[in-house]
Amino acid sequence: MENILAGLEMLARWDVMVALLVGSIGGVIIGAIPGVGPAVAIAIMLPATFGLDPIVGLTMLLGIYGSSMFGGAIPAVLINTPGTAVNALTSYDGYPMTENGEAHRAVSLAYSASFWGGIFGIGCLILLSPVLAIIAPMFGSREIFLAALLGIILVVLAHRGQIMAAGMLGMFGIFLQTIGLDAVTYTKRYTFDQSFLSSGVNLIVVVLGLFALSQAFFLLTAPDSSPDAKPISGKLGAGFKELMQYKRVATVASGFGVILGMIPGTGEFTAQFMSYTYAQKTSKEPEKFGKGSPEGLIASEAANNAVPAAAMIPLLALGIPGEALTAMMLSVFYVHNVIPGPQLFQNNIDLVYGLYFALIALNVIVLVFLLFSTNLLTKIIRIPTRFLGVMILMLSFVGVYSLRNSLTDVIISAVFGVLGLVLKRLNLPIVPIILGMVLGGIMETKLRSALPRLKSPLDMIDRPISFIIFVLILLVIGLHIRTLIKEFKAHQPDEDHDLHDTQAR
Amino acid sequence: MTNTKTLQALFKRYRRPGDIVFAWFWVVISVFLLSQIFDQTAYKNGAKLFAQPRFWPAVSLGLMTAFACFHLLGSALSERIEGRWREVWLWVSSLEYAGWFMVYAIAVPYTGYLLTTIVFAILLALRVGYRSAQMLMAAGGSALFTVLLFKTLLKVNLPSGLIYDQLPDGLRQFMLTYF
Repeated sequence: MENILAGLEMLARWDVMVALLVGSIGGVIIGAIPGVGPAVAIAIMLPATFGLDPIVGLTMLLGIYGSSMFGGAIPAVLINTPGTAVNALTSYDGYPMTENGEAHRAVSLAYSASFWGGIFGIGCLILLSPVLAIIAPMFGSREIFLAALLGIILVVLAHRGQIMAAGMLGMFGIFLQTIGLDAVTYTKRYTFDQSFLSSGVNLIVVVLGLFALSQAFFLLTAPDSSPDAKPISGKLGAGFKELMQYKRVATVASGFGVILGMIPGTGEFTAQFMSYTYAQKTSKEPEKFGKGSPEGLIASEAANNAVPAAAMIPLLALGIPGEALTAMMLSVFYVHNVIPGPQLFQNNIDLVYGLYFALIALNVIVLVFLLFSTNLLTKIIRIPTRFLGVMILMLSFVGVYSLRNSLTDVIISAVFGVLGLVLKRLNLPIVPIILGMVLGGIMETKLRSALPRLKSPLDMIDRPISFIIFVLILLVIGLHIRTLIKEFKAHQPDEDHDLHDTQAR
Repeated sequence: MTNTKTLQALFKRYRRPGDIVFAWFWVVISVFLLSQIFDQTAYKNGAKLFAQPRFWPAVSLGLMTAFACFHLLGSALSERIEGRWREVWLWVSSLEYAGWFMVYAIAVPYTGYLLTTIVFAILLALRVGYRSAQMLMAAGGSALFTVLLFKTLLKVNLPSGLIYDQLPDGLRQFMLTYF
């Protein structure tokens, strides 16, 4: 109880409240603008948050992360363009509703389902906390090494059709983190006798290049366009009443969001799809799905909004990020010398509770903001894309240069910006590079620290949790091979889609 | 966008024009980096294999090269998609904006954050095709807002311009601190 109070106390500060307000409202706006997305915003804001208290910086970033999907539903429903990639399925039923003259109903339902999913996710996180506090200390070096290995495997295997590309990019990420002076043996690795490489390749510089600069280049090199969203009229609170008729779908969808949010490499995308499929299979009107079904819209929005809270579980409990946004947040922890992982629940439990309450508060702030300012957002999303490119380039400078006032960082980030643009144009994933860097570093450190206690390689899996993770790794690989054989035999027709073009944002 | 029917289809990624050029590029880079493994990493006598400083670069580059070769193979065996070189030209043309970004970063320590940012935003807006006074003013206004937010308000660590040295005493200090 006193931990909960300490968490509340942590939040009851003017600077934390301002950060939460700025992050949440900023996140909604950013999420609503197709072409920006939370990854770009978090990448730009990261260095600016380093000077702030951990709780202030983290709540701001958490605000952006947790609220962007609320905003992303607006263009998905109104103009059939998801604001963030994870709103892709929202447009399946949201846009037909708009075409049928029910834009108000669709937006209102999307908000209420998002809120339901968000609060459900946080509820699960809070309920799971005592369990996490017991389980997390059971994770030693070898367990964390194996969990990070499982994370890398999942991230690579999640990119069907491009597994080889995802694999090479993931390995590139692992390689990048090895560049520089080895921390244990003090020997140089791939520095090519260049002094700027001795300190290694900075994660933030790479993140800014791959996410922010690449997006600026992407927008600046593409034809200019200005999405046209029509304003909507009517009370937006009406969706809650309708949501109550479909609370089973909303709850199950949120459950999918929580479970899949905890698994690296899958997250919102799979959660949305599985809840959508579930909703369709159990619906009394399955034929309406894809043509404006409220259940489809609810399933999609509730699932994706339950993910951010769930994604915090592996990050806080084990220090293992499951996707790019939590990987970025991890660097904020490191900068402030707060190391997420088993010790966090023992030493900084107040921070953990503070973050939980911040998540609840952001959902409330966002909902209230959206109920009154949706029409304002429909105007903001009309910003021409090339103009957005200019803005992102200008803001990226703040992110890159404020880090160390280094021109070398600027050059490195520009190189990664061009690489990111090429990857986005080719529909190849960016996330494996970032997760490779983060998880590669974790794997190297943890394997080294586990070594003195290992007499043979089999000792690696002689503890219950490490054995379970090892079995999971074998299971994941086995299931993947089985699916490949089944797919090969079934000769499924190709359904080329551009869903992933927005996933990288 | 098509409505995908299965989880497999949802996660499947499809090739785009220029894929093979990138695949070749990556194979060349991977092979080059792997060929440097003995020069660029050390081997500590007596240390365990997993603790060798060479271990992780070797594992990552070895697997990266293998994945890159398979990616190239997949690309070479796939049907050719039209527009390969047009796509590659677009990648090359993005270097111009990388150049803009670097020039901006080089200029800030000399001409100051405020002036450089406003000039950069307006010039880049002109370069990407905006001509209306409204858009140019929006670019300048956004630049001013960015400076006020990050430098004046949040006091983010950004350099002051040498140009401010030319200003009278009181104003110089003010500009150095806030802009």
